[in-house]
Formats: sequence, C-alpha cells, structure tokens
Amino acid sequence: MIPFDYTRADALEDAGKALDAKAEVIAGGTNLLDLMKIQVMTPEKLVDITRIDGLSEITKDGDKLRIGALVTNTALANDANVRKGWPLLSRAILAGASAQIRNKATTGGNLLQRTRCPYFYDTSQACNKRAPGTGCAAQGGSGRMLALFGTSEHCLAAHPSDMATAMTALDAVVEIRSADGETRQVPIQAFYQGPGDTPHIENVLAEDDLVTAVILPAPLEGTHQVYRKVRDRASYAFALVTVAAAVKVEDGKIVRADMAFGSIAPHPFQNADVKDMLVGQAPSDALFAKAADALTRAEAPHPDVEYKRPLLRRTLIATLRQACGLSDAHGVDIAKV
Amino acid sequence: MQTKLTVNGEAQTVEHDPRATLLDTLRDGLGLSGTKKGCDHGQCGACTVLLDGERVNSCLCLTAMHDGQEVTTIEGIGSPDKLSALQKAFVEKDGYQCGYCTPGQIMSATALLQEMQKGQASYVSDDLEVPKLTDDEMAERMSGNLCRCSAYPLIREAIAMVADQENEGAQA
Repeated sequence: MIPFDYTRADALEDAGKALDAKAEVIAGGTNLLDLMKIQVMTPEKLVDITRIDGLSEITKDGDKLRIGALVTNTALANDANVRKGWPLLSRAILAGASAQIRNKATTGGNLLQRTRCPYFYDTSQACNKRAPGTGCAAQGGSGRMLALFGTSEHCLAAHPSDMATAMTALDAVVEIRSADGETRQVPIQAFYQGPGDTPHIENVLAEDDLVTAVILPAPLEGTHQVYRKVRDRASYAFALVTVAAAVKVEDGKIVRADMAFGSIAPHPFQNADVKDMLVGQAPSDALFAKAADALTRAEAPHPDVEYKRPLLRRTLIATLRQACGLSDAHGVDIAKV
Repeated sequence: MQTKLTVNGEAQTVEHDPRATLLDTLRDGLGLSGTKKGCDHGQCGACTVLLDGERVNSCLCLTAMHDGQEVTTIEGIGSPDKLSALQKAFVEKDGYQCGYCTPGQIMSATALLQEMQKGQASYVSDDLEVPKLTDDEMAERMSGNLCRCSAYPLIREAIAMVADQENEGAQA
C-alpha cells in the first residue's frame, strides 16, 4: 500500500470535515483494502467511520426499515424483520462473498463496491474508471464478466453487488449526509450514475457526502421473493447474472412483479417494459418466454458477453417460474393439485 | 502508531505502521505465526481469526481500526497437549494434507459451529429460520477457506463429528 494518513472520526461532523478529494471513507474495508494493496486505489487519507454512534442499528420506522450504513452483511441477512418482511434481501446477501467477508462488510460499503472488471484491477492497462481519459482496454480485450446493458464506449464494466440488486427490486432509498449536516434521501435507482463519458463517477455522492442509512419501504405483502444467482462455481464467486424478483399472484393473475437484474449493467438494472408485460397476466411459460425475450433483445456490447443474453433469458424464466409457484428453488416442477 | 488489542486473552500494545494489517501484526508484531498469509486478498481464508468472536480475514483488517478489540487465533483455542475439539477432530479425520490452510479452516469451523447455534442462515438453507448443518451447508459455510490439497470431504467430516458431539452433549 502507498502510505496514507489514518483518521478516526468519532462523530458524523468529524467525518464530514475530514473528507475531501484525496480521502476515502473506510468501514468494513473488504473491497478498499484489497484495491489499495494493488494500488488501484491510492487515497492519501483514510477516514475510519466505524466508531461513529448510531450507524450500526436496524430500526423499524412504522412499516419501513432503517438500516444503518455500518450494519454488517451478516447482521442484515439474519435480522428477524428482514428475514420475515424482505427475505429477498437476506437471500441476496447470503449469496454474496464468504462468511468472513460478510462479517466485516457493511451496508454502505456494499452499495459503493467497485467493479470486478479485470482491466480496472490491472494498473498496466487503460481504464477510464481507474484513470480517467486513458481509454478502455476492455474494448477489444476479453472479459466475460463485463456488462450487457447500459455501457458506453468509455466503459463496459458491470456492478457486482448482490445486495444492491435486491435493494433495487425492493425500491430502497439511500440516506446521505452532506458535510454541512443536511440529510437527503435518494431512491436507489437515482443513486447510481454513469458510465457515459465519465465512468469514474459512479453515483451522486459528493466527495464529502456520507451514506448514513438505507431505508426499505413497507414489506411487499403476499409476494413470493426469489433471488437467483448464476456464477462459475457454487459458492464464493461473483455473479455472471442475477435476478431478484418479488412477485404476487392473486386470483390466477400476476398483480405485482418487482424485479432487478445484477452483474449485467454498470448498476442494478431494471426494465419497466418487462414488468408491464407480466402484470395483469396469468403466469405461464409462454408469458415468461415473451418477457425474457423482451429483456434480452438488445445487442451485446462485447462478443465475450453474448452468452449472457441466453443465460439471463433462462435465469429470468426460472426465477419467474419459482416466484409464481410453478417450480421449487431447484427448478423442479411443482405438480398442480 | 500504537494500538491496544486483547489477543488470546492477553492485553497487548503494538507499535505499527498505519498500513499494517491485523495479519501482519499478529505474525510479525506478536510472533503468532499460526495464522497464515495465503493470498493476502480475502480469497483463501488462511488468515481467518475471530475478531470480537466473529470470523474475519485478518489480511483485510487494518490493525489501527481495531483498537480495544479482542482477537482469537489458532494459538488461543488449544495447545498441543490440550487440543480443542475441532483440532482433535481434524487430526482424527485427517482433515488436511500440507496443513497450510488448517489454522484458517479450524478458526472458520469454530465460528461456523457458533453461527449454527445462533441460528444464522446460509445461501443454501431451505428455511431461513431453521438452518440444519447438512453436508451442503458445511460446504457453503466453509467456502471462504480454500484447501489446494482438496481435503474438503475430510474437513467436513471433522466438523460434522464435533457438531454431533455438541448435539449429544446438549441432549445429555
């Protein structure tokens, strides 16, 4: 690691004051320290926020749930309220990383984790995200982890978070505190930005902003929630494709189909047309095939991720079948009684 | 800079560079070489220790951030003449070949059994509320610890043996 100054913030005010363009916030550190060791990230100052009071709690606020930014993945996945009201979130978190990492990684940090694009990780290669203006070595390079949708000529990287994908399907809201003490709430869909021609800007945070919490709206009563992750090995691997879905079937018709797709775009991806195709219809394999075709129609931006189109298509169909009660978690048909 | 830690029950004050990881502090600062450096990036689990009772990759912890916290290493759970139940089980079941990953495996398994008691679920738990320690569950829950000799089946047997002993103890 390149030498840095270590500062411990004891209160939110201290953190706000200490943050500037050359500083990074550290909490779990599971992504940041990894990147600092290989000098992909080289902050001159680390601001440790782990001792700030009031950021490690999960609290009910009416029907809503407020998750402090320092709540660990383990604590969030195993929270009794989350398991019961938002099981999609528990499942998504448990699909990510290892037990050791989940004990350390935090909610705020998970939202802000960096891409796993191999060119971002390799400091000898051009990368507009790591070093703005140097180009994108993934164009013309190889990369089966790259994004399928929402890329630009300047960046093909995908967002790897499982947690953020579930939170997007659940319409979570990110609470942000600016250095002047003002707090604002941003829907997670509006939180992420880019890549466009500025792939290094990934979200709406100013340099002295701090994510203080994530707020989940009221539980989606009566929905069947499924998180399906496809990866190269059965555990502890980043996803190739994920689908998060909360689906409600009433009187033989789909009345709700809240979905988000992970590891296929620069941020958790949604498609309103696909949702509209499902809502109001009776669940059937023909309907799911039509929706999956619509989702995966766009051309792949790189030949190496062409395979993600059929993979995503099949993963969405499998997820919808499970969420509508046509099959179990292993894809085995559930016989009609 | 200076950081105070309680390591295996003993209060320690360590002088270190701000860049020092907990792994380097344990090995180089305190001479506790049981904790191993494998990948140094949180992928292999050889550096697993308990931090305030929970398993973490010590290579991804900055020592400076853990002032006042408790660390338990492989040296803290047993000794050659007084092995912990898991240490004994790994020997009995031959849960290793080269042994390099073993301290991390045993620390991880120590935490795994506590997590089961707390009712924590995993990705493969059919029911988030009542997870059971099946072979699939053990494989999933130990996926943060690699064994390049691939002693996995025997590692799982060792963990299952101790889990059974604990269950019998609880019923007795």
